[in-house]
Amino acid sequence: MTLKQVSVFLENKKGRLAEVTRLIAEQKINIRALSLADTTDFGVLRLIVNDPERCFTILKENNFVAQQTDVIAVEVLDKPGGLQQILDVFDENSINIEYMYAFVEKKSDNAIVIFRIDQPERAIQVLEKSKITVLSSEIISKL
Amino acid sequence: MIWNPHYESMEREKLTKIQSDRLCELVDRVYRKVPFYRRRMDEKGVKPADINDISDITKLPFLTKDDMRDVYPFKLLAVDPVDIVEVHTSSGTTGKPVVDAYTRQDISLWSEAMARTLAMGDTSRTDSVHNAYGYGLFTGGLGVHYGARLIGANVIPISGGNTARQLAILQDFKSTVLTCTPSYSLYLAEAGTEQGIDFKKISLRVGLFGAEPWSEGMRKEIEAKLHLKALDIYGLTEIIGPGVASECEVQDGLHICEDLFYPEIIDPQTGEVLSDGQKGELVITTLTKQGTPVLRYRTRDITYLNHEPCRCGRTAVRMHRLLGRTDDMLIIRGVNVFPSQIEEVLLRIEGIEPHYQLVIDRREQLDILEVLVEMNEQLFSDEIKNLERFENDISEGLYAALGIHTRVKLVEPKSIPRSEGKAKRVVDKRQL
Repeated sequence: MTLKQVSVFLENKKGRLAEVTRLIAEQKINIRALSLADTTDFGVLRLIVNDPERCFTILKENNFVAQQTDVIAVEVLDKPGGLQQILDVFDENSINIEYMYAFVEKKSDNAIVIFRIDQPERAIQVLEKSKITVLSSEIISKL
Repeated sequence: MIWNPHYESMEREKLTKIQSDRLCELVDRVYRKVPFYRRRMDEKGVKPADINDISDITKLPFLTKDDMRDVYPFKLLAVDPVDIVEVHTSSGTTGKPVVDAYTRQDISLWSEAMARTLAMGDTSRTDSVHNAYGYGLFTGGLGVHYGARLIGANVIPISGGNTARQLAILQDFKSTVLTCTPSYSLYLAEAGTEQGIDFKKISLRVGLFGAEPWSEGMRKEIEAKLHLKALDIYGLTEIIGPGVASECEVQDGLHICEDLFYPEIIDPQTGEVLSDGQKGELVITTLTKQGTPVLRYRTRDITYLNHEPCRCGRTAVRMHRLLGRTDDMLIIRGVNVFPSQIEEVLLRIEGIEPHYQLVIDRREQLDILEVLVEMNEQLFSDEIKNLERFENDISEGLYAALGIHTRVKLVEPKSIPRSEGKAKRVVDKRQL
């Protein structure tokens, strides 16, 4: 139950990020969450959108280097200790996190944490065993 | 001060006779001992008996940089290998360096040439030479070292790097002569000034700078900042290292040690020998070198000659400061770099398209080489650490091939300009 995140290579130049958001907006695609990892010369923009396939295509057509990456979306109560619970489960099961970022849901008291994990299936297994909710792509696109 | 007035101020007729005798002996020697030269001369239909005068040199074939690759490592050796006491190399094309192998006599020859060079800056036994040219396979460090030893000056073999230490030693040991690349001298000047050193008060009197091209503008800057007389020196590993030519105090051309290294200027397209004042490619023949002698080596450096006697009293021919190159070789922090070497490293990496650009700039007096590589689907990774590792791999591959550190910058696809015909691979922002 992984979900597709769109990752884009961006040179650290004026207007590149704006160009990406413009292209996505023109296609009426909605960004649910994003994270921007940076180095001196370039950045990697990670997007959770409601239509990753179309987003990926439009970026490629406009000469951006992009990729669709499998990530998992985990739901927790938006209260202190919410994230801790998930991290403890990962720790106990020696699951390594490559990167993560989070956002809050509008309609409920929950937060959603996006994780990039080397072996996502195992992560999903241990989360479900601990009764932690992993969200499907359908749910994410309808948020 | 003229180190060897007998040769450096010799009457031209007498000098020409000596050059003729030496050329005859050289051609006879290499024809007998070096199969490579014998083959080349036979191909051209030239025998040692055809060479009787220095002017007959035009009958001989040229030696090119491509030949240097083919003779690696020791196919130019004209002596028994056991007679070689030292070797030096420089960076060469396609991964094969140029090798210079010296006999004991060649080391004496080199010392003599370098003593003449250092003496142009009035170096004597009473001087201390702060030698910041690199020691090792590079000819700069040891070249100056041997010349200083012959003169009897005190040579401080500090080599390159560790600028803070250089500045301390420079002052504490009261060095009077500075030898390093021109860009490094400016780097020292800046670092020194930041530290509060007043260069008017320290003991430096003269500097002998080479291994990379530099302009009159740079000379004025170096002289103003370091308060010394800045002289241009010229050499190349294929010939001997530094010591081929040097400016005297008049600073109007570099005197070539022409009794040892015979110069010609040729039209690079036709090979025709040109007259004084005509710009062309400098060709050099080592008249007395034993280990790896070279016949009519095409240096790819552009200059012109002047046989008029100089105000300093020397009659040795002068070459103008280098005016350019006939090929695409770059000199970065004193190291020879060919764009093709870089291309070789890049294309060995899977997924890299031939869309790259080299941007050379000078920041805080030091040359920086930036290699721009276009990102593409195949190379892209969503994780920063993979992209950084990729940049590192390229940088390490380039260091292994070139011997210098480069900055690798990943850029967006299609951001490097495409062009009809020859791609503009190199953007040199330096104003030398």
